[in-house]
Amino acid sequence: MEPTYEAFEDDAALELPSEPMRLNMGPAHPAVHGTIRMVLDLDGETVQNVDVQPGYLHRGFEKSCERGTWAQVFPYTDRLNYCSPMLNNVGFALAVEKLLDIEVPERAQYYRVILGELARITDHMICNGAGAMELGAFTPFLWLLKVRDWVWDVLERETGSRMTHSFGRIGGMAAPPTETFAEDVTDLLEQVEKVTIETEALLLRNRIFVDRMQDVGILSKELALSMGATGPVLRSTGVDYDVRKAHPYMVYDRFDFEVPIGHKGDTYDRFLVRMEEIRQSVSIIRQALEQMPTDGPVNVDDPRIVLPEKREVYNTIEGTIAHFKLVMEGLKPPKGEVYGYTEGANGELGFFIVSDGSGTPYRVRVRPPCWFNLQGVRSMVMGGMLADIIPTFGSINMIGGECDR
Amino acid sequence: MKFGDEGFFTTKLESILAWARKYSLFQYPFATACCGMEFMATAAPRYDIARFGAEAPRFSPRQADVLWVVGTISQRQAPVLKRIYDQMADPKWVVAFGTCASCGGFYDNYTTVPGVDKLIPVDVYIPGCPPRPEAVLDALILLQEKIQKGGREPIVVPPREVPTLAQIRAKKALR
Amino acid sequence: MSKKVLDRLKKELGDTILETSNFRGDDTAWVAPKDWVKVATFLRDDDALQMDHFIDLTAVDYPEREPDDARFDVLLSVRSAGKNHRLRLKTKVEAGADLATLTGVWAGADWAEREVYDMFGIKFSDHPDLRRILLYEEFEGHPLLKDYPIERTQPLVPYRDVEDIAKLPPFGLDEGQPFARVDWKERLAGNDAQVSPSLGVDAGQLRNISDSQIAESEHSDMLQTLAGSPAPAPGEG
Repeated sequence: MEPTYEAFEDDAALELPSEPMRLNMGPAHPAVHGTIRMVLDLDGETVQNVDVQPGYLHRGFEKSCERGTWAQVFPYTDRLNYCSPMLNNVGFALAVEKLLDIEVPERAQYYRVILGELARITDHMICNGAGAMELGAFTPFLWLLKVRDWVWDVLERETGSRMTHSFGRIGGMAAPPTETFAEDVTDLLEQVEKVTIETEALLLRNRIFVDRMQDVGILSKELALSMGATGPVLRSTGVDYDVRKAHPYMVYDRFDFEVPIGHKGDTYDRFLVRMEEIRQSVSIIRQALEQMPTDGPVNVDDPRIVLPEKREVYNTIEGTIAHFKLVMEGLKPPKGEVYGYTEGANGELGFFIVSDGSGTPYRVRVRPPCWFNLQGVRSMVMGGMLADIIPTFGSINMIGGECDR
Repeated sequence: MKFGDEGFFTTKLESILAWARKYSLFQYPFATACCGMEFMATAAPRYDIARFGAEAPRFSPRQADVLWVVGTISQRQAPVLKRIYDQMADPKWVVAFGTCASCGGFYDNYTTVPGVDKLIPVDVYIPGCPPRPEAVLDALILLQEKIQKGGREPIVVPPREVPTLAQIRAKKALR
Repeated sequence: MSKKVLDRLKKELGDTILETSNFRGDDTAWVAPKDWVKVATFLRDDDALQMDHFIDLTAVDYPEREPDDARFDVLLSVRSAGKNHRLRLKTKVEAGADLATLTGVWAGADWAEREVYDMFGIKFSDHPDLRRILLYEEFEGHPLLKDYPIERTQPLVPYRDVEDIAKLPPFGLDEGQPFARVDWKERLAGNDAQVSPSLGVDAGQLRNISDSQIAESEHSDMLQTLAGSPAPAPGEG
């Protein structure tokens, strides 16, 4: 039987006048990880307008940096992107080293690369795992968290802390690699690869998952560039911009790795780009382990920059003085301003630092990649369905600490 | 089976209520910052908070018993937290997860609330930046003991002694 | 590569570019505030430059430069996705003066300018939606100005009246100190204005807890026991 309502299709009198409904989403919404508020204007379930309001985790990073020494910034950088603290540590250290015009020993560079890539793996795992969980796929989330704990075990053995390492130092690293470092990491990588395959097997053939991800939250290439998007969000639109390739820093030019790109810029592409980047990181770590010198210093040999060993501090007057000066006054970079940028887990992580020649930073500005990625959310969700906000937002990987600082 | 074969014991109604409450805690994780990562780890397979009867997260404050304040609370976030606390039905408990929630931590600046106890009463404080999952489980057990006892004095999770170090110290004390 | 950008700018725009520099490989060009949008548009549209990738926009506060010179530096970082080169464009803005918005040139300038407005109070004229973004509307002042004291909080929710509720953290008096480098001379003179939990006791916001002091003495007893020297009994000595 024919549906009866078709007869009334043209009868405008039967349609109720509709006003957009205003819905307040967040800042403590369970399905968006990260604290963000979105004020939505809805027509039924279609998003007509959205006002994205970040800032609920503004913790005064930039102001706090202006009151300690340069070295005291490291604990704050840990808590910027707390999914991958090591990348932030390294990013800040590289920026200050650029200002000081020094280069750390080769062993430290490889060490930084390996620890940083491990951090990138955990970051992508959390993003993809949590994104899947928000769509109802709980198992991959637990799978990925299981491996994340193994990665954290290795990081803990190296740095002494599970999450917030504060392990980078200006002019090197806090400690040399432990004896079992190479073995630990090699064993770990097998597990990482295994779980990556398992996760993909669980998700990519799941009709619900694919349907909710594909053609959702599309960002065009031009808009992404103009918005300042970087990292997986930009790469999913088809721009092969990766700081590690475009402006190689440390020893990244010695590795053979690929930059995965998407072609549509939707949520599904961002998911796949992150998955592939986990594989590329694994490959980078393998190559780095092979090339890494087995012994040598991990700090520059300059008492004006690096703290002396504890043995010297307690036994020699030079060591005591150097330690006192560095702790009380801090190292003194030359006057000037530099912008040091690295590839963080979410994109270009830049530190714009201004030094007035004293032991305290005059200004530390962090260029947070997800701040600019998040800016694109508005155009991604406009015109889409309300439920599509969840996967779109999840694939941005907005990390409150980094976004709001 | 005759009547009287089953053992019985007498108890107070409050005590049995508390016993029932402490093993079915519905939690509201108010996760804002870094500590959320460790909260995830606590819920994840290795630490598995479900073993302690606190599995079900309820994202509606009206259904929750425990409010976990996980992470830094900024001044802008403060009204939201206060409102969520007010919406929770009694009896309710609050756990300040991590240093930022306990006292503001090193974010001692214009935008951070120096501890959520400035806004809402807190039952258990977990120190650590972020605390290890073991400390979180300790906090949960402390909270359960507290629910059983019925007091409202705040508790701080004590530092955990490393087992080997504890043995060395015990030996020293014997000498 | 990097030299080319500055050369091209100087050749095409001439006097508009006030000064160029290259410090540690970062190319920088200074322009006057009135040419801000013009130069930015040129950067984006010029065939040789094609700076289509917005990177960052921020500001730096130099209050001691006043009144001879403008107070703020506003910096723009852009790069070209195709040509892979970067440039930092700088201008000086006086306190209270407006700067033209770049939202028409790069969409990404929207939030960046809102943030600069929020943190420094620099107004961007013709910005479509200039509101605070990181802080709340009720906040007075702009925190990243050098003369905004870091510990001045502006709570939205009044803190609890703790006299009635005996549920405050048993933290010791020396815990929860500010992490700033303390000016000891000032502090000895009693001029320390930092607000920390321990000072909150004096301000009447915190309860002075004797429990924690007991715990502290227990702790020191324990340390002494561990060190091998038993704590002296009160009767001795």
